[in-house]
Amino acid sequence: MDAILFYVFAAIAVASALVVVGQRNPMYSAFALIVTLCSLSVIFGLLGSPFIAVLQVIVYAGAIMVLFLFVLMLLNVKKEEDRPVGGGRTLRGVALALVTLLVLQAGTVLLRWEAVPAAGFDASTRRMAQVLFSPHFLYAFEATSILILAALVGAIALARKEP
Amino acid sequence: VGLLYIFAITALGVYGVVLAGWAANNKYSLIGGLRSSAQMFSYELALGLSWVGVIMLAGSLQIADIVDDQGRRLGGWFLGWNAFVQLPAFLVYFLAATAEVARIPFDLPEGEAELVAGFHTEYSSMRFACIQMAEYINMITVAVLGTSLFLGGWHAGVPGLPSEGLVAFVWWGAKVFALLFVFIWLRGTLPRVRYDQLMAFGWKVLVPVAAAWILATAAGVALLPGLFQVASR
Repeated sequence: MDAILFYVFAAIAVASALVVVGQRNPMYSAFALIVTLCSLSVIFGLLGSPFIAVLQVIVYAGAIMVLFLFVLMLLNVKKEEDRPVGGGRTLRGVALALVTLLVLQAGTVLLRWEAVPAAGFDASTRRMAQVLFSPHFLYAFEATSILILAALVGAIALARKEP
Repeated sequence: VGLLYIFAITALGVYGVVLAGWAANNKYSLIGGLRSSAQMFSYELALGLSWVGVIMLAGSLQIADIVDDQGRRLGGWFLGWNAFVQLPAFLVYFLAATAEVARIPFDLPEGEAELVAGFHTEYSSMRFACIQMAEYINMITVAVLGTSLFLGGWHAGVPGLPSEGLVAFVWWGAKVFALLFVFIWLRGTLPRVRYDQLMAFGWKVLVPVAAAWILATAAGVALLPGLFQVASR
């Protein structure tokens, strides 16, 4: 059952990701990205981590993509002009994607990553919080939040009109 | 993950309005959709933050645990409900929920004085029925959540009164309908706010108040765990 669900949603994720890249209309790309993010969240759920799955939907599908749509609709982005498909550009893109895939695969094989989570792996909300706020990750976690705050202030400083 | 799951599904609800406004290919509808995407995103934040204190007190994301936690406090008196213990959070929740479901003082996505009917201008018959039904289902959902998180769910609120079995439905239903009544009451009473007032209120009042209240609750839970009888699991 899990395997069937995994393959169904993995296929949906890959297909909608292709739509994101292939669409000429930015609105359609944004909608396809929402589908990708939601199917990724299902895969997180299947991996036994409902907390991450729900966060994925809240943060990415619920907040970030709404902002994307807001900007797209506010700027009224028109359909991209048709550039001739094919030729060198497409070829280079496909080649780059293949190289990335190869590197990732090589990494997985060389580092002998376990595809199955280790026994006793617990990704409940409580466990996540304990790990995140343990001394091991606390500084990295806090540093990330300061980084995000700095980016926020920077964005406002750049966007603000001089009085 | 209980509560977070509900939050995730509500977060996806905004796409219905945005898509309806955008797909109508009408400038008024587009502006309605645009407004709703910004409004719901802003008020979702305050809505989520207002839950944090409640979750901290109960020590659980499960709604049943949160309701039981309220029923145990102060020997079962209604003053132990989160609406009183967490009064600022309840006010933030109520205001943010009104805006989140676009009820009248905050129904800028529709705003018929300026946008014809906003995002649902171009929809009629069954499609309009679906939009309208979704709006009312949203309203009922936030009333039910408010009842469970802040108004003690199915507990009577007075020790000695029964709150078991079928009577629990009566208490619960009465509280839900009271909240729904207030929503309709507000619609009949208040004028619509301006769009810049709406955004300023959300970001400059609700979010800071909710954040400050989270700090206060966290301090209370950490320093005086006995006072709130924080469940330790």
